Amino acid sequence: MPKWSFRGGTHPPENKSSTAGLPIVPAKLPSRIAVLIHANSGCLQAPIVAKGDQVQKGQLLANPGAKLAVPVHSPTSGKVVGIGPVRTASGALDQAIFIEPDGEDRLAETCAPVTNLESLSKEQIIGIIMDAGIVGMGGAEFPTHVKLTLPANAKVDTLLINGAECEPYLTADHRLMLERSGDIVRGAQILMKALGVTRTVIGVEDNKPDAIEAMTKAASKAPGVEVVSLRTRYPQGSEKQLIKSTLGRDVPPGCLPFHVGVVVNNAATAVSVADRFDRGLPLIERVVTITGSAIAHPANLLVKIGTSAGELIEQCGGFVGEPAKLIFGGPMMGMAVSSPDVPTSKGCSGILALSRAEARVYEPMPCIRCGRCIEACPMGLEPAVLHQWSDSGIWDQAEACHAMDCIECGVCSYECPSRRNLVQSIKRAKFEIGVRRQAAKERRAK
Amino acid sequence: MADSMLIVSPAPHIRAGLDTPTIMRDVVIALLPASVAAVHYFGWQAALSIVCSIAAAVAAEFILEKLTHRTVTIGDWSAVVTGLLIAMVLPPHVPVWVPILAGFFGIGVVKVLFGGLGYNLFNPALMGRAFAVAAWSAMATTGYVWPASANGAIWARGFDAMSTATPLTLLKMGEIGATSASKLYLPLFMGNAAGSLGETSALALLIGAVYLLWREEISLRIPMFYIATVAVITSLYGQDPLFHVLSGGLILGAFFMATDYVTSPLNPKGQAIFGIGCGVLTALIRLFGGYPEGVAYSILIMNAAVPLIDRFARPRRFGEVKARA
Repeated sequence: MPKWSFRGGTHPPENKSSTAGLPIVPAKLPSRIAVLIHANSGCLQAPIVAKGDQVQKGQLLANPGAKLAVPVHSPTSGKVVGIGPVRTASGALDQAIFIEPDGEDRLAETCAPVTNLESLSKEQIIGIIMDAGIVGMGGAEFPTHVKLTLPANAKVDTLLINGAECEPYLTADHRLMLERSGDIVRGAQILMKALGVTRTVIGVEDNKPDAIEAMTKAASKAPGVEVVSLRTRYPQGSEKQLIKSTLGRDVPPGCLPFHVGVVVNNAATAVSVADRFDRGLPLIERVVTITGSAIAHPANLLVKIGTSAGELIEQCGGFVGEPAKLIFGGPMMGMAVSSPDVPTSKGCSGILALSRAEARVYEPMPCIRCGRCIEACPMGLEPAVLHQWSDSGIWDQAEACHAMDCIECGVCSYECPSRRNLVQSIKRAKFEIGVRRQAAKERRAK
Repeated sequence: MADSMLIVSPAPHIRAGLDTPTIMRDVVIALLPASVAAVHYFGWQAALSIVCSIAAAVAAEFILEKLTHRTVTIGDWSAVVTGLLIAMVLPPHVPVWVPILAGFFGIGVVKVLFGGLGYNLFNPALMGRAFAVAAWSAMATTGYVWPASANGAIWARGFDAMSTATPLTLLKMGEIGATSASKLYLPLFMGNAAGSLGETSALALLIGAVYLLWREEISLRIPMFYIATVAVITSLYGQDPLFHVLSGGLILGAFFMATDYVTSPLNPKGQAIFGIGCGVLTALIRLFGGYPEGVAYSILIMNAAVPLIDRFARPRRFGEVKARA
């Protein structure tokens, strides 16, 4: 078993025990679903249904308008009651198709399993994955088909399945690895075929020994698939850190995993690939951990994507006391939302409701140059320095200090004894540098 | 539930338990054994010096922040740390107005006027000492006394200027031969020798240092590089390295002054350079300089080099070496 690990990182309290032992339960049909047709990458999908249309479960609702977007499908059968703006977890107003379920949950006829996998080419498999609207389900929602489509000169030898689930509180992937280990391996096999590789490594943090056991058992029947136990350390699930920990390979700055022969996919993404090929289901549901001190009965729910956080929380017995903070995702990288009406998206692995005591907002104190952020930064950056350049608006210096390498994991802010918002200001610098690079590119093009 | 009740703030939504006031308070706790040892050896005047020094430092911060309409930050405990350290680096028997004025200078000029906590370039306590020595050199250097019970005093009886000479001064004056210093190991380790208020008991200081290491508030990087460098260079010049390590505030300086976050380099590589630099300067001042002891000036000089060190000792980026290969 490899004993490599990445440098830096941290180990916040895990808080996973309240849901780690709870089996995945299908959520009740919600009263209304908001299917987002605005991808994270900024691409709008073009709706092909109109208000008043009757739709079936799995029916195509919108076609991708760009390469970085994927089609979306109806999570259940029902009626389209409108197309309009909705507030998403990022705080933006995005377009969504609103569906009122009819309670039948009738599957569309177009949803048929793939029976001729053996005879399909790489491109055909990737095409099926794209048409199923599959994206990275770890949070970034990057289209899976884009990840699988490699440049001609790329030499990829390994598929890496991310089962680290390093964010505190979240147990959705943990439960998937326990309950659907066979499907994860099956999905990995399909992805291997799409990539033309013969080796898969599944990385799981060692705080989930039962998941490691279940995955090892499932993998034993699949040639070329192995499971690696990883040290429990945040951000173990970040692509570059995961590649370092499992394979001992360094992804150089500015490079992508395929440059070192690896493609990384989330465990939940592998399940959705298996669902598409074996059950004919496009990506219309996912497992979401609903937890936190302000939730009455935390749970792992199988959720129709587009269900509002409020409806899911209601199924978990509602709030205990008054929640102070509602977070989409984990506590390290998740987004705080202003209302429980926000719909779940394809990348939402958890909904976290924190009580007043947990959701403390700190007043930043002056930086005392303790260097904790630097020792903890898994990318070998100097967050304290970047933070200074960013706060002074000196973007050239921030760029020279490699702000663009930041993976936004939040370890620096977490560790800061002066409670400074380090990662937030580095994100700001990344945005500004991006804008300037784009402008420079446009100037050159003229 | 009203929407406005939900807090919307950026990730991460959880923070580590350790905060700045706790770190500062822990430094005070770590200095308690040395303070107690000082009072034990040097009597009530040492206690008075400590109290006045802390009061002056805290008052200086409070008054200056009030005058400049800034947020009063005495709650972060850093002024208490500075005040305590100022008392520790001055002789045990000085008139109380010396630590008081040193406190006002260290906090007022070196810290608050430079922008407050986190913005000072130099260690305020050491600057306070440098100020006192420069302004009242006689006063600040004649306060050295040998504890009444000191074996070292009995051993050293008959030397000139006994009442105000520290072991390092005796060495400088040629009163201690290069090899006979081992008789002073035990008095220096226990604190039963002349020296600045807080520096004499290596044992008490090391207890505090172990506490800070256990709390993971300092690392061994700076102190070890510092002390090892002094030991290596002094032994290269034929002097007793252990005598040098135990005397003249090296342990106090290495664990409590050179490790000051604000005035030491940010990243591990820079901290190693900083420790070695302090060690080289301390050894050179002791061996060839006009002062018997060089810890305070070495650290202050290296403080000035910190921005430069920070610039050249960047940590290695993830995957960077591979990219060059």
